[in-house]
Amino acid sequence: MSRADLLLSVAGLSVHYDSIQAVDNISFEVARGEIVTLIGANGAGKSSTLRAISGLIPYTGSVNFAGKDLRNLAADRIVAAGIAHVPEGRGIFGNLTVRENLQLACWQRKDKSKIAADLKNVFALFPRLEERSKQLGGMLSGGEQQMLAVGRALMSDAQMLLLDEPSMGLSPVLVREIFRIIREINQAGKTILLVEQNANMSLHIASRAYVLETGRIVLSGAGKELTGNPKVIEAYLGG
Amino acid sequence: MAYLFQQALNALQLGSIYALIALGYTMVYGILTMINFAHGDLFMVGAFFCFLLAVYLKLSFVPTLLLSMLGVACLGVIIERLAYKPLRAAPRVSAIITALGVGLFLENFTLALSPYPKHIPPLLTNTTWAIGSLSISSLQVLVIALSLILMLILDFVVQRTKAGMAMRAISWDKTIVPLMGVPVNKIISLTFAIGTGLGGAAGVMYGLAYPVIDPYMGIMVGWKAFICAVVGGIGNVRGAMIGGFILGAVEILVAAFFPSTYRDFVAFTLLLVLLILRPYGILGKPQPQKV
Repeated sequence: MSRADLLLSVAGLSVHYDSIQAVDNISFEVARGEIVTLIGANGAGKSSTLRAISGLIPYTGSVNFAGKDLRNLAADRIVAAGIAHVPEGRGIFGNLTVRENLQLACWQRKDKSKIAADLKNVFALFPRLEERSKQLGGMLSGGEQQMLAVGRALMSDAQMLLLDEPSMGLSPVLVREIFRIIREINQAGKTILLVEQNANMSLHIASRAYVLETGRIVLSGAGKELTGNPKVIEAYLGG
Repeated sequence: MAYLFQQALNALQLGSIYALIALGYTMVYGILTMINFAHGDLFMVGAFFCFLLAVYLKLSFVPTLLLSMLGVACLGVIIERLAYKPLRAAPRVSAIITALGVGLFLENFTLALSPYPKHIPPLLTNTTWAIGSLSISSLQVLVIALSLILMLILDFVVQRTKAGMAMRAISWDKTIVPLMGVPVNKIISLTFAIGTGLGGAAGVMYGLAYPVIDPYMGIMVGWKAFICAVVGGIGNVRGAMIGGFILGAVEILVAAFFPSTYRDFVAFTLLLVLLILRPYGILGKPQPQKV
């Protein structure tokens, strides 16, 4: 990929929790317009990687986004820089209405007319959210909450979405639906870094993939090439 | 009948002051799950600001009220930054002990500057209207009306504004809020400013209604307001208001029908019973278990 296309570059990233090393010196890149997936078993360090990028946890190494060093930026400034993180477990505010959840994600934005247009887009993408816009976030089903979480990320007008296990806890039909939507969002111009345990589905939609095992990248390549690779299965079973 | 109405007015006056203070406890708890035990003493500082501004700067009522609120709000924000923020990741009990320490500091600092009780001058000409056997003082009406206005403004801020939305979001899950691009520390400061500012307003109004003030006046009032917040459902803004009016009514009614020394005993007993029946408070909800 050419330098101009490079959107996110992570170099030598390590994350420690007390004495436990969750992420061990990993480096990877995401180009503008790509879907890149980090796959691996539970505890491989996928979520920690995302949490480091969006400034929620301390780390060593460097994270560069659109030519900007994110190291000393607070999490809310990283959102302003153009990264929206959909956290594991969706992070819906159960005491806020669906509409308020979406509005809160616009905190950094001043462009009122564009916000209104984006809200329309989100409601077009997820009609269920419009129907339920006055209900509290806590009243939604798991699938609806996931849609709200993605909708919220879209409302922050970020260039790049970090999606942490969007398929978790959803029925197979909903999993297919959410992956279809991820691809649709990507085609509409958002760059996506997708963290998943569901390797098959994510390799299917990803342009490139990195396989994590106990905090290290053990394998990388084009999504399609890695499908069915025995090493991927090995990484899941633990080496 | 007139007697009852008279007592109801007294209850509303006392209750609105309790409610204003209770709001500070409940807002801070809602956002940090921490009881700011220095809050009663901030209320006391509000009364002393009122005294200083009225006596030394000879200000009239409105600037005295606004500047006292502002002063206490600034003090609240400074206290949060210096004393509580470094403990945000520490066990809750550390923060609570620190809050008690801050309260003691405020009491003794004020005591060092002002060892004798102070008398707040009458900032307003108090007229009393007589309707039949009923007498209504303008001061009483002012305290009630002003408290209600402040509470309506607060309710609007919390329920209808962007900043209020962020406060409610923080009370649900503080860890997710930065991902929305919300600067959490600023919202926490704002919450402290509003909560302690209302406590300052209560101090001014208390000082007008009961003009002799001393550095320890915030202790008992603070405890009672804390109980109001718990009875209403701690963390719930409307609950704190309801709790304040309930305690005000109970205290006035007890004092009206029993020897007034029974007042605190009966009030606290009633509140204990209420908490046994509704441990989460009147408007509180059982905390959902987060997995």
